[in-house]
Amino acid sequence: MENRSLVTIAEHSKERILYLLEMAKEFEKKPNRKILDGKVVATLFFEPSTRTRLSFETAANRLGARVIGFTDPKVTSSSKGETLKDTIMMVSNYADIIVMRHFLEGAARYASEVAPVPVVNAGDGANQHPSQTMLDLYSIYKTQGTLENLNIYLVGDLKYGRTVHSLLMAMRHFNPTFHFIAPEELKMPEEYKIYCKEHHIKYKEYTDFNEETIADADILYMTRVQRERFTDLMEYERVKDVYILRNKMLEHTRPNLRILHPLPRVNEIAYDVDENPKAYYFQQAQNGLYARQAILCDVLGITLDDVIEDAKK
Amino acid sequence: MSDNKQALQVAALKNGTVIDHIPSDKLFTVVTLLELQNSDSNITIGNNFESKKLGKKGIIKVADRFFTDEEISRLSVVAPNVKLNIIRDYEVVEKKQVQMPQELRGIVKCANPKCITNNEPMTTLFHVIDKEHGVLKCHYCEKEQSKEGIKLL
Repeated sequence: MENRSLVTIAEHSKERILYLLEMAKEFEKKPNRKILDGKVVATLFFEPSTRTRLSFETAANRLGARVIGFTDPKVTSSSKGETLKDTIMMVSNYADIIVMRHFLEGAARYASEVAPVPVVNAGDGANQHPSQTMLDLYSIYKTQGTLENLNIYLVGDLKYGRTVHSLLMAMRHFNPTFHFIAPEELKMPEEYKIYCKEHHIKYKEYTDFNEETIADADILYMTRVQRERFTDLMEYERVKDVYILRNKMLEHTRPNLRILHPLPRVNEIAYDVDENPKAYYFQQAQNGLYARQAILCDVLGITLDDVIEDAKK
Repeated sequence: MSDNKQALQVAALKNGTVIDHIPSDKLFTVVTLLELQNSDSNITIGNNFESKKLGKKGIIKVADRFFTDEEISRLSVVAPNVKLNIIRDYEVVEKKQVQMPQELRGIVKCANPKCITNNEPMTTLFHVIDKEHGVLKCHYCEKEQSKEGIKLL
């Protein structure tokens, strides 16, 4: 059988991305179903990630599947020195899908190669986190009505931010214009700028973050500027309050603008923004549920037609 | 040194393979990559011979052994300019050059300490994404590395 695992969406075609978004839309219309009745989903979290785990487990539960797994590797045999392969082979005997979060990069690819059941990557170190990218794309699609020709502003830590890199790569099919707003130390890495050039993605770079810079934004994607990322703490002190979004900065922005954030936020979005209808980060997290329902079904070979048909039951 | 004297240093081969133009400091890496230490063939290894191109070079002669393209391609990361002469009945019947393959399996160690391949008993796999500059990409952690930084397993 063809391995339907989801390790990365970097190689997904435009059609494939739109197909999965269509499926997420179906689940948003009717999130509670029995389409995975009788299935067992294993959530293996070798690194804690409460938000992602709850989202996947909710997605599985709302589709009628049962969930097994662990949330802390300290209680598992990997702490006794068991290899990842052995853990995966053992769990494959019990579950129909493995959702895995791992602190090592490439762990998901390897697991998908050894496992007889499909593996869904729920984050592998600094490498990939495809379900986050899917929910980001779904949030953009839903709020803008399209993924085409958008002005997307990425703000904050663009150097280490895995989510912004994946989003950038996934958006290559849709003729976006990216605006990178970051302090010097956390600029978008050269390899991604080369990627933009190779794929004819337009981009501009800024170090200032203010009302004028964001005036033409359709999407403002905020990320956390973390203290531990700085080699020069003086630099951190200088920039830490520069990349904070405040409600008054949004006065003259476009009416269709929506603010996204992968969460958790610390102080990079002031709390007064929460009341603004342009704030979308909590709904964005909710969209994660529908995106993950689509992912779970897709890796099991359930098609969009099956999902539409199922809704009629 | 005259050609005659150089010829005397290494015995002629009836059938087999002469691996020439090996950089002297890579000679024993080549031995390891071709697993010659486990070979029963009659093998002559010479090192630090004069070379116009390299300054000093190593030569390996392996009797009655003809390497596959896969075996030869393993040398591409350490000694891309190595030449192989295929000898039959004392005559060079074919010359082969090392070709950089599309994939390197089980040869190179990933430079990323957080890569799964450095933490699990498994075979590494790299995709060659730029043959000219020798840029490799780890199949697992997706990090790129250039030829200069490459460590062998």
